[in-house]
Amino acid sequence: MNWLTWLGDFFSDPDRRSGPNSIVNRIAEHLLFSAEALLFAALLAVPLGLLIGYTGRGVTAVTALAGAARALPTLGLVTLAVLLAGVGDTAVLVPLVALAAPPLLVAAVEGVRGTDPDVRDAARGVGLTHPQVLWQVCVPSALPTLLAGFRTATVQVIATATVAAYVGLGGLGRYVVDGLATRDYAMTVGGALLVVLLAVGAQLFFALLARYALPPGLRAQQLAAAGEPS
Amino acid sequence: MDGEPIVRWYWIGDHLGYLGDLLADHAVIALLPVLIGLMLAIPLGLACARHPRLYQPLAAVFNIVYALPSLAVFVVLIPYTGLATQATVMIPLTFYALAVLLPTTVDGLRAVPDPVRQAATAMGYGPWHRLAAVELPAAVPYLVAGLRVAAVSSISLASVGALVGRGGLGYLFVDGFQRTFPTPIVAGIVLITALALTVDLLLVGARRLLAPWAVREKGAGR
Repeated sequence: MNWLTWLGDFFSDPDRRSGPNSIVNRIAEHLLFSAEALLFAALLAVPLGLLIGYTGRGVTAVTALAGAARALPTLGLVTLAVLLAGVGDTAVLVPLVALAAPPLLVAAVEGVRGTDPDVRDAARGVGLTHPQVLWQVCVPSALPTLLAGFRTATVQVIATATVAAYVGLGGLGRYVVDGLATRDYAMTVGGALLVVLLAVGAQLFFALLARYALPPGLRAQQLAAAGEPS
Repeated sequence: MDGEPIVRWYWIGDHLGYLGDLLADHAVIALLPVLIGLMLAIPLGLACARHPRLYQPLAAVFNIVYALPSLAVFVVLIPYTGLATQATVMIPLTFYALAVLLPTTVDGLRAVPDPVRQAATAMGYGPWHRLAAVELPAAVPYLVAGLRVAAVSSISLASVGALVGRGGLGYLFVDGFQRTFPTPIVAGIVLITALALTVDLLLVGARRLLAPWAVREKGAGR
């Protein structure tokens, strides 16, 4: 048995083409669930982070929180959530949001704080109110940092959603976990390859976004690789 | 799970020795890769700091390594390293550590101002002596910052290894989940977080000992 035979077996199985175990369906589940978790995390973390960054209050607390969050084991949170709240996607969503929120929070805070203080003063000087300064000056100049935060959070969520297949979540992790449980190595390796492709694709998507979707004046800024392995 | 409390204290009391064994196993699986990563990052970082052409492709590769989900990488290694072996978990963790440590090492080595380097040379320091006495000490604050991220995430990631049969304290998650018994899971989360925070504090302490100026500089504003 070697790699090519495994992958050949995996991709030629008719189960991969249609039905709940098809590749298209598993990728769709994975993406949909990850997007859902990211959306909730962003709704919680970004406004809070912008506010903390702008007022400068609570920055130390945010840094400490982000450091502590990095120490939390994903598998532990996911298994505990399912035991406490019952099997189901909602139970898994809570730890995923909790893990995606800290990098977004830090990115929002750092992004706003990174705004040139002279520019902020100038904006106040020409008569902008505080909400206007935040929205029209700080938020645009925080975009590159925010984007880097989204990249970290996305990669993290994709990885955690894979692990969460262990507690019954759908998505590409199913192949890996079911393959391990039934000693179907072709399935495990095929699933792992797809997960890797998805994670690398997400990286690429954010790299392109940083390159082409940002306002021209901000593109020159280097995207700091602030993150962690997942 | 009705009526089952989140923590049954007697279970923890009955299993202290067992928890200690798992903690020791976890510390080795998680931290030995960080140490190896550091030993690889220093020579590699030196080469990269001197030859930027080497650094760019390496940085790009490690940026991708960084994003690979751990479970997928563990699984891919099983045919070579075997199920439930330390190597299956420790090899990927080494690469993750290296991916974190290489950029911080390069930044640290580049942070030595040229006049300082030239002064050392003028005082008669050879390249190795200068490296040991000037450049590496100046890079310590950067190295420690990288080590903190690498060590803390390695400790939390190692537990995913439980899904491929070797995850130290991560085994408590699998065990608790299979028996619908939350006590081991809570114990595992607490011990892993405590181990990570302890190592983090030790690294901060090490920085204060090895590079006391770094703390002063930070206190002086910025």
